[in-house]
Amino acid sequence: MLLEVNPLVLPDLGLVVWSTLAFLILMWVLGKFGWKPIMKAISEREQGISDSLATAEKVRAEMAQLKSDNEILLVQAREERAQILKEAKEIKDKMINEAKDQAKDAAAKIMQDTQQAIENQKMAAIIDLKNQIGHMVVEVSEKILRRELADKAEQEHYIKQLTDEIKMN
Amino acid sequence: MVAAFSICILFFYNISLAQEAHSSHPAEQQPNTKQDKEDELDVAGTILEHIRDDHSWHLWGHTSIPLPVILKTDKGLEVFSSARLSDEHHNPVVYNGNYPYQQIEGRIKVVNEDGSINAEASKKLYDFSITKNVLSMLISVALLIIVFLGVARAYKKTGVSSAPKGFQSFIEPVIIFIRDEVARPCLGHQTDRFMPFILNIFFFIWINNLLGIVPFFPGGANLSGNIAFTFTLALFTFVITNVNGKGDYWKHIFWMPGLPVPLKIFLMPIELLGVFIKAISLTIRLFANITAGHILVLSLVSLIFIFKAISASVVVVPFTVFIGLIELLVGFIQAFIFAMLSALYIGMAIEENHEQDLVL
Repeated sequence: MLLEVNPLVLPDLGLVVWSTLAFLILMWVLGKFGWKPIMKAISEREQGISDSLATAEKVRAEMAQLKSDNEILLVQAREERAQILKEAKEIKDKMINEAKDQAKDAAAKIMQDTQQAIENQKMAAIIDLKNQIGHMVVEVSEKILRRELADKAEQEHYIKQLTDEIKMN
Repeated sequence: MVAAFSICILFFYNISLAQEAHSSHPAEQQPNTKQDKEDELDVAGTILEHIRDDHSWHLWGHTSIPLPVILKTDKGLEVFSSARLSDEHHNPVVYNGNYPYQQIEGRIKVVNEDGSINAEASKKLYDFSITKNVLSMLISVALLIIVFLGVARAYKKTGVSSAPKGFQSFIEPVIIFIRDEVARPCLGHQTDRFMPFILNIFFFIWINNLLGIVPFFPGGANLSGNIAFTFTLALFTFVITNVNGKGDYWKHIFWMPGLPVPLKIFLMPIELLGVFIKAISLTIRLFANITAGHILVLSLVSLIFIFKAISASVVVVPFTVFIGLIELLVGFIQAFIFAMLSALYIGMAIEENHEQDLVL
């Protein structure tokens, strides 16, 4: 035989037996106490991670929903505020106008009353004046008539005196 | 590439061994003292000595750990220390148990009075010794059990709510990688059933590849580059594949559907052969790749002794480191390939209703 079979490629029975034994031990021990819990834990972890991710996604959506809700509320509040302000302004204007009108009315009434009073006083004064003038005329006439024509000049003088007296009054 | 290179080296070594056998005695039978080594260096022999199994575990210089030798002969079981098989200079000597035993090229043989091999008695000799490889394997089994029971305990203790810690965080991505990239594409919904086997295969090969790269105790045994070891693992895949094989699988082997009858008859032996070739290819791929790496590293280191110049180490050492790093990668890749092909073969066997036939 030119090429002997190299001893490297001849499997030793002993090593085959020991390898089989070692591998079976490994299969049994690790299969029971190693791989099973590890694989279980890993798949649990993966499950946990995917669950967490799903939850996070859900929470994120909820947060977005809340945010948009808030925004809507904010807009509504803003609108309401504007509305209230507008109404307040209207009420204010209305009140001012009413007050103005009332004041105007009151002023007009006062003016009217005053005018009335003035008129009344004026009329009373005129009547009083008329009465006094009449009275004076009567008095002067009486005195003139009493002296009866004594002297023309005297008469004249007297008249003049009387008139002066009137003036004095 | 590396495999091809290693096979070349193996064949060249065969030739040189054959020639040597004609001209002189094999290296082990010569007095293998220091002076002798300096005079004439048998590189191929030294390399082969390093990558093969051994009955004692060489540590340094003249120190080595003797390992128990367990022999089964027709006279019964026998256990003795491997120290009895060699003298203080590590040369093989004859030990007289039930038979006179002597190590010849690393294997224990029954010898005659004159020192020649008693072929007839050696055939009945079964060697179940705790060799270097067996001890290395037991160490790796212990390591795996310690590591993975520790990791499993960590999962139990901290639960799955917290992030993985320490070694757990190193192992977890690897396991997920094996599950998602190796097992799931091949095995589909049956992944969980075969995951323990795939993980066992992967980590058992990987840790032994790594231990093989470490050049000193407790590494250094070329276990995953030993054909007996790879053969055993391939045998497991073979058995699991064929035991779990569904009707469709067997139908595709013995009576390929959709073909004319003569072709069916023609394909039957080919497909049947394929069943075994799958296992053989698994065996040889792992064996050749790992052995090739060891041979490469050893060859590079041997260059220093071939050139008999320490200056050669300037080139050799960086190269060795480079190959060592590649070996680190190859160690992972080969474990991955073995696991993936196992998953693929099992997946093909358990698959129902093949639509197209996969030929691999």
